[in-house]
Amino acid sequence: MTAQVKYDDVEVGTEIPARSYPVDRANLVMYAGASGDFNPIHWRESTAKAVGLPDVIAHGMFTMAQGGRYVTDWAGDPGAVVDYGVRFSAPVVVPDEGGAVLEISGKVEEKLADGKVVVALTARSAGQKVLTRAKAVVRLA
Amino acid sequence: MALNRDFVGRTFPPGEPYEVSRVKIREFADAIGDRNPIYRDPEAAKAAGHPDVIAPPTFPIVVSLGNPALADPALGLNYAMVVHGEQRFEHVRPIRPGDAVVCTSTVTEIRSIGNNEKMVIETEIRTTDGELVCKTYNTIVERGA
Repeated sequence: MTAQVKYDDVEVGTEIPARSYPVDRANLVMYAGASGDFNPIHWRESTAKAVGLPDVIAHGMFTMAQGGRYVTDWAGDPGAVVDYGVRFSAPVVVPDEGGAVLEISGKVEEKLADGKVVVALTARSAGQKVLTRAKAVVRLA
Repeated sequence: MALNRDFVGRTFPPGEPYEVSRVKIREFADAIGDRNPIYRDPEAAKAAGHPDVIAPPTFPIVVSLGNPALADPALGLNYAMVVHGEQRFEHVRPIRPGDAVVCTSTVTEIRSIGNNEKMVIETEIRTTDGELVCKTYNTIVERGA
């Protein structure tokens, strides 16, 4: 398990370049199938609206997975992520036309012993914070 | 509706083992749009120090979905009003093809927050040999009417 980023090369406050991830309905259908979460609020507009949502929303776990992808792309080895937790603060609304965009940024918040760092993530969609308290512990090289 | 507080502290025993395959890991990686070769190519995974491809950090949700604690009608959960509140994975090691895993879940907390009900479930994911591979913390919120 060898991350490509070196522990000695990062400091508290080191920023990871921000990235944007487009999300459309096809992504949610694929995620429903792969995860087994077939709740219709993630693919059927009438059901989403009937339970008070503005439109179809992304699976929270899909959004969390994009944050995971952001961290593992930075670290190099996905096996370097030893702890990953988030709070879902707002839904990612995914309209039929145009979809949505997730904007994710992160920075090193803390350097732990034995080569690990805490990365704090920020995830926004349509100007709203969709994840809060999003943190990953990553074992660096 | 208030959830049944008697569920706090209750542990739900594992069901049938879930057998992890390369195909399922690749399907999940495709679904999250992640092209990382360590999820698909055993040689790339070996180059990174793994014995085989590994699963993405959020893959354990596939294994821990369908929690028996939530299915028990005595809990009083209205599933249509449930949203995901928080999620955390503590990885002991990455999940790999060939792992046959089982989940043991414990309800650790139920409380009211305003009109909502919050419930926390901790799940240990172990191989059928008893090796702990991941611990998950799942917080769900039932929105009040």
